[in-house]
Amino acid sequence: MEKTTNRILTGTHFMLGNFAVVEGALAAGCNFFAGYPITPANEISERMAERMPQVGGRFLQGEDELCSVFALTGASLAGAKAMTATASAGFNYMQEGIGYAVASEIPVVIVDVQRCRGENFATQSDVMQMRWGASGDHEIIVLAPSSVQESFDYTIRAFNLAEKYRTPVVVMSETTIALMREKLVIPEPEAIEIVNRKKPNVPPEDFVPFRAEKNGVPPLPDFGEGYRILHSLNPHDEQGGIAWDPEVFDSLYERITGKIIANYDDIVETQGYFLEDAKIVLIAYGSEARPCLEAVRRARANGIKAGLLKLATVWPVAEREIRAAAEQADAVLAVEMNIGKYAREIERICCGHGQVVRVTKNRGLIHTTGEIYQAIEGVIN
Amino acid sequence: MPHFFCPGCGAAQVLHYFVRAADEIQLDFDKLVAIGGVGCAARIPVYLDAEVLHGVHGRTLPWATGIKLHNPELKVVIFAGDGDAAAIGGNHLIQAARRNLDVTMIVVNNLNFGMTGGQAAPTTLKGLNTTTTPYGNQEKPFDICKLVATAGGTLVSRWSTARSTSAIKAIKKALQHRGFSLIEMVCPCPTNFGRRAISSGDPVKGLEWIKENSVTAKKAEGLSEEEIFKRFVLGDFVEKIEPVFNGTSV
Repeated sequence: MEKTTNRILTGTHFMLGNFAVVEGALAAGCNFFAGYPITPANEISERMAERMPQVGGRFLQGEDELCSVFALTGASLAGAKAMTATASAGFNYMQEGIGYAVASEIPVVIVDVQRCRGENFATQSDVMQMRWGASGDHEIIVLAPSSVQESFDYTIRAFNLAEKYRTPVVVMSETTIALMREKLVIPEPEAIEIVNRKKPNVPPEDFVPFRAEKNGVPPLPDFGEGYRILHSLNPHDEQGGIAWDPEVFDSLYERITGKIIANYDDIVETQGYFLEDAKIVLIAYGSEARPCLEAVRRARANGIKAGLLKLATVWPVAEREIRAAAEQADAVLAVEMNIGKYAREIERICCGHGQVVRVTKNRGLIHTTGEIYQAIEGVIN
Repeated sequence: MPHFFCPGCGAAQVLHYFVRAADEIQLDFDKLVAIGGVGCAARIPVYLDAEVLHGVHGRTLPWATGIKLHNPELKVVIFAGDGDAAAIGGNHLIQAARRNLDVTMIVVNNLNFGMTGGQAAPTTLKGLNTTTTPYGNQEKPFDICKLVATAGGTLVSRWSTARSTSAIKAIKKALQHRGFSLIEMVCPCPTNFGRRAISSGDPVKGLEWIKENSVTAKKAEGLSEEEIFKRFVLGDFVEKIEPVFNGTSV
């Protein structure tokens, strides 16, 4: 690629999904990347190896995924906006790193380009692991782009949410989107909203490191700014002191999980297509939203009142939007590329409000428009 | 001050010597990032008035790598037990030494996994009894210093907490070194190691046992391999200056 020192490559591109993730990260201010080779995420590392030195950031090829994910914590606490990228098998290794970042409230971004059991075929089988993979009680934010443009946009959003809520954010990608090329429009820098973590506005002697602001998030100074904070996995009080006390444990985790739950309106994002009068609502995320939208258009052309609820945020669950769809529709179709996982969330919410049909595909291939349209017809009959 | 170490704990000795050494060289604690993984040694930094990062077993060096790459001005010191550094953390140890990452790692080697009750570690001497080697350890122990020297560490030394002067001197030297500096501090764990391995939970007996089995590198040259595995070879082994790690792609 051409030599440049620009962070933001404003303009119209025909770009690979994996590259769009990199450009999104750079636009968001990413200045630290660590990764380990794994297909189909390698293009992210390789482009980062070129781009990080160009923009004054740091690139580390970790000796494994553990090194990569834990390096993010160190870099972030030193003040960096840090990211890693991996695929399903490598994502397994990162669970402890993600759990640590949740418990110690560290902004980091993790990209999982899902793949099938060591082969590079399409899948959405990690959707539950992204939510529940780490040990301990936690909330997590997971965003699911459906296109190259969204790979760029949602990566920026991932960084912003990580900074705002002092939490790890997972960008759910897939072989389908990661390795496709599509039109990407990168706007002018002024048009891109960037969120940075809040820093303390009092000197060290007055700062209480784990006392949260109104939104449940404590400010986070960088290492070396004089605040001398103890960051530990162990339950800690507001001063950061390790405290094996049931009250401390309870209130700490109540706050850490609460800060995500309470900010639903800011964090949970969905897109609705043809939903206003829909009697059959498809719910999908990631690449699957695309054949769903095509199937809905075809249905509408044939007089079927179908609509699509696209989950841009997969976790936390869009409880309100899914419940609204359930109350309005006669049938909800839970469409995904796995044995039927997110369907459980949808079934839970839709319980008592009409039928939920699982439309699954677990063959390393994305659903075709025809297959989904058939499922819509199947519900009508 | 209140702390959680057992009476006679080697990690507590290392904490003491570190604070003395840091004071003697006027280390800036605003810029100090002290890292501990999990274990008794990992608790050392928790008692320091510095930036502290703590609580994951075996991943202190990945943390340190991220920190140093983003802000090379920070002084990073890692306190790791022998299990944290050489069992679960072994690969990271090799790679950080290979890269000559500019950090100081103090390996508190009490020859077992102390916090969890006294299980055998890669450093446990052959033949000794621990909770997971009740009939005597069958495995050859690690020579952490040789490993780090081979991998590329630029300051490597082994001392014991039995003699404070050499211990403090070694820590000062490591703190002032630019590059990957590793000090292995052989020390007692009276509660969980001593009682089973040397049949005594007395900290003084633990220190004496270490002293009796310590030899200089020179003396060690004349010993057989079997004899070496029962000894602690003390000394400064490597000291050189090489470029420090600045990132994989620069």
